[in-house]
Amino acid sequence: MKIKEIQDEIVEEFSHFEDWKEKYEYLIELGNSIELIDKQNKIDSNLIKGCQSKLWLYAELQNDKIIYTADSEAIITKGIAAILLRVFSNQTAKDILNSDIKYIEAIGLKEHLSPTRANGLVSMIRQIKYYALALNTN
Amino acid sequence: MSFDINKIRSDFPILKRKINGSSFIYFDNAATSQKPNIVIDSISDYYKNYNSNIHRGVHTISQEATDAYENARAKVQKHFNVLNSHEIIFTSGTTHSINLVANGFQDLLCDKDEIIISGLEHHSNIVPWQMMSEKNGAKIKIIPINENGELDMKIYDNILNSRTKLVFVNHVSNALGIINPIKTIIEKAHKVNAAVLIDGAQACAHFKTDLQELNADFYTTSAHKLCGPTGIGMLYGKEKWLKKLPPYQGGGEMISDVTFEKTTYAELPHKFEAGTPNVSGAIAFGVALDYLNGIGFENICEYESSLLKYATEKLKLVPNLKIYGESINKTSVISFNIEGIHAYDIGALLDKFGIAVRTGQHCAQPIMDHFGISGTVRVSLSFYNTKKEIDSLYNSLKQTISMLS
Ligand SMILES: Cc1ncc(COP(=O)(O)O)c(C=O)c1O
Repeated sequence: MKIKEIQDEIVEEFSHFEDWKEKYEYLIELGNSIELIDKQNKIDSNLIKGCQSKLWLYAELQNDKIIYTADSEAIITKGIAAILLRVFSNQTAKDILNSDIKYIEAIGLKEHLSPTRANGLVSMIRQIKYYALALNTN
Repeated sequence: MSFDINKIRSDFPILKRKINGSSFIYFDNAATSQKPNIVIDSISDYYKNYNSNIHRGVHTISQEATDAYENARAKVQKHFNVLNSHEIIFTSGTTHSINLVANGFQDLLCDKDEIIISGLEHHSNIVPWQMMSEKNGAKIKIIPINENGELDMKIYDNILNSRTKLVFVNHVSNALGIINPIKTIIEKAHKVNAAVLIDGAQACAHFKTDLQELNADFYTTSAHKLCGPTGIGMLYGKEKWLKKLPPYQGGGEMISDVTFEKTTYAELPHKFEAGTPNVSGAIAFGVALDYLNGIGFENICEYESSLLKYATEKLKLVPNLKIYGESINKTSVISFNIEGIHAYDIGALLDKFGIAVRTGQHCAQPIMDHFGISGTVRVSLSFYNTKKEIDSLYNSLKQTISMLS
């Protein structure tokens, strides 16, 4: 699926939630199902800065697509990472670089986009794009 | 005056807020306190009616502003029972005060000298001394903490010696709320002629301190921790020390005579108050002290200890909850973790319930390292909090845990 399609799908899923509790329960569920980073890559050099809980992100190229994996000590941070990975993992660098993150706002997690939130979302997005730049083969 | 919690709560407009549809509960008082109307109004009153630069105008409102500013200094002096009003320097807060002293000691110490810092310090207490030590080579020794988070006084005795020139300890630790035995620390330091700076940032909202009785050489606090505004605080220094220290910043107010060859510095306290000061802040600081003294610190202490006791007992009912720093000598702060759950997750979900707590290292990484944890959830209570709010915390915490496990 294309990035935009997955984003729309996530927005649709989140639109069914009545209150924050349902939304966060889902976020936690997503956090538990995240594509976990390999033990050997769970190292300090893959840590994302600006986060209260440790958050690791790793990327590698497989058949022209970037596969992202991540992990965090905090489950909500992991859930947020999962929402990003579902959209950006297994896409081409070019598509990743050309995409936006408006869907985060659309699913009502805008508060997490504030740089002072200390959950590392903003830094994680930046790092995803850096990887895409670095691994861009075209 | 008796302690009327409903009246007190009505003094704080922010307590009426709703967050995510729930009543706002503020348990991050150790980071900063909320402000009563009387403090907020004193700031707008100043700007509406007598805003003016001080100490230099002959006109009416400049006189009024100068009087109000100096009157605020007198209130601080009285509150802390300080001998001379010029021993109170208005600063932008604790961080500024500590930097002012550290900067002064840069010239007074050399590489043969030592300073002692407690292992319970806030970052702002450590960095200025490291910067000083890089310049003058003075050595920094640390008083470690024991498993309860209390200072190890035996080690203090061992590292204190005739080379020690300065000792720095916070009155109350911000991460754990432990009240340090500063009276003993000061007495011992004075036996070897070392000066003592006490960081009172976490103490002053909870109890009153008599600085003549305490006999510290320097003492500092930030107004925002005690119902006053941000950007204002004080440095108390004994006259003999403030005279010895070189000025920190150059500028207006701090000079008495300037030619291109030489400048003579102004008398205390102006020597350390360069430039146009935070006039409205100082005035509001004074009003905040009036407000707290109006309620009475005995009443505040008594009420807060009963809140702390209630909250501690209530939180202990939560399975797998561990409290750090359970000293009997502590202010109304509870730092805890729940086994298997990250503090950040708890803080983020409590926020959704409208409850503000602090999570993380609380600017005290060495303490966290000591306990081998990456952070805690910190609930810090104030006299405007209630047992009902603690019940809400308990209920929300239980729901939070069930969502996370
Ligand atoms: C013990 C202690 N010292 C110093 C500070 C720094 O105070 P300020 O930021 O007002 O300068 C704080 C504030 O959190 C504190 O708790």
